[in-house]
Amino acid sequence: MLRKFPVIIYALLIIVPLLIVVLTSMKTMQQTFQNPLGVPDDGLVFENYAAIFEEQNMAGYFANSVIVTIFSVTFTLLFSSMIAFGITMLNNWLGNLLFTVFILGMMVPAQVSMIPLYSLVLDLGLTNSLVGLILVNISVTLPIAVFILTGFMRTLPKELIEAAVIDGAGNWKVFSRVIIPLSLPSMSAAAIFLFVIHWNDLLYPLLLVTEDDYVTLPLALLQFQGQYSTNYPMLFTGVIIASLPMVIAYVFLQRFFVAGITAGAMKG
Amino acid sequence: MKNSKSLFWFFVPGFLLYLVFFLYPTVSALFYSFTDWDGLSENFQYVGFENYERAFTGDSIFKKVAVNNLQFMFTVVILQTIVALAFAMLLIRNTRTNVFFRALYFFPTILSSVSVAFIWAFIYDPTFGILNNFLEAAGLGALTQSWLGNADIAIYSLAITQVWFHAGQMLIIFVAGLQSIPEDLYEVARIEGASKWQTFRNVTWPLLAPSATIVVAYTTIQSFKAFDLVFAMTGGGPNNSTEIIATYIYEVAFRGYEFGYASAVSVLFMLIIGIITYLQFKALRSDRVSY
Repeated sequence: MLRKFPVIIYALLIIVPLLIVVLTSMKTMQQTFQNPLGVPDDGLVFENYAAIFEEQNMAGYFANSVIVTIFSVTFTLLFSSMIAFGITMLNNWLGNLLFTVFILGMMVPAQVSMIPLYSLVLDLGLTNSLVGLILVNISVTLPIAVFILTGFMRTLPKELIEAAVIDGAGNWKVFSRVIIPLSLPSMSAAAIFLFVIHWNDLLYPLLLVTEDDYVTLPLALLQFQGQYSTNYPMLFTGVIIASLPMVIAYVFLQRFFVAGITAGAMKG
Repeated sequence: MKNSKSLFWFFVPGFLLYLVFFLYPTVSALFYSFTDWDGLSENFQYVGFENYERAFTGDSIFKKVAVNNLQFMFTVVILQTIVALAFAMLLIRNTRTNVFFRALYFFPTILSSVSVAFIWAFIYDPTFGILNNFLEAAGLGALTQSWLGNADIAIYSLAITQVWFHAGQMLIIFVAGLQSIPEDLYEVARIEGASKWQTFRNVTWPLLAPSATIVVAYTTIQSFKAFDLVFAMTGGGPNNSTEIIATYIYEVAFRGYEFGYASAVSVLFMLIIGIITYLQFKALRSDRVSY
């Protein structure tokens, strides 16, 4: 029983702040002033939720985040699985060299390439565009995805590929009919890892977006903070809207989330 | 293999993007670090090692920033590793309740750093904050603080937030490591009459070295990359006391328009991360060998 005590304390350290976030989002600023942590006597309100959609282009930010995340995850997965397949099939010095070139990318902190990247994207006329954000996202997460998928594909039995080749399958057929179906477990782990990264990313929108039309949710939250400073009810309403898809997905796919993000950490 | 020529096309789309949006900017950063480019104008000059000299000798803020970064990193690495390992040991068995608690502790990891920043800004808030209210209620009113406003402790307040954010993720890695230790080794230790501490010291810890390496290395890199959290919670203030290298590069480049100098700092940043990662792997490896 003694060992349960710290476990429960830690659980409270997670739960209590989250409950207060939800509670505060349903209070007015006035109510928060009078009673920061409790439930107000005159009841909870939903005016912050109405206000946030009225005043802010919240639906637009949400749509931007959905578009950027879906395209970034899909294309990162597609391109990285193609590269991982290529590296696995080459299986020689060239494959190793290409592997190393991609892996080096995992070591470089984002802040190093950030400055030239900004001016490059500016020169290409891709600032303030979702396409620009998506292209940058793909490039940034490609190394880790290549790493995870190459590690997995190397463990697949060679006989399966050889058998397909003897049956007359070309590379594309081997890739799409043999490798992809077999790689689905590691691809879904990589997908969740990428999903969390891209959905929550702040740095690249901060760098590359200045117009309201292309703002994604994390950047919107940051701008909120400037606008509402310590209006916590409004800020938390934003937090809840921005986190909701991730939280819902986590509740249902929790096991896969843990496996996916941990796979990313183990390889990273 | 007869097919190897057509493999070329498997690399093309990914490699092109990687080349244009990653390799090229990274190499350019090295180039710009030897210039006085302001990031806007067409013209700039080659200035040799001037930027690097400035970082080492002429920039007292950078010195402070580097120290902050180390304080933040060490606090996070030590706290997070201890918390993750301790709770991993408490929750090692795959019972229903343990799986639930692990999933709960992991939960903050899926939130965006901006959201976590807001949640903790509220916890630390001098007037509304949970922390000060709790301390008052517990009769510890003397300890109440402006947790992010006090330049002496703000960096540690941020470190605690970082631990809350990611300890659950490290816990999972430790659980996997602990579960891979064969049960009979513990049995032998029990038969030999080893104490709990001796068992931990001689069985658990050495065999946990691979997971510990991953946790420490990943936590180090992650705490260096805590850009978002710092940027959203304190913006580097008060008085540069929470400025870390990642936010400093951003400030110098995009507020001060000194792209050349910021590039030099970023190259140094990359070298520091490289060295730390190398040393860590070496230290933890040799530890395992000596066992």
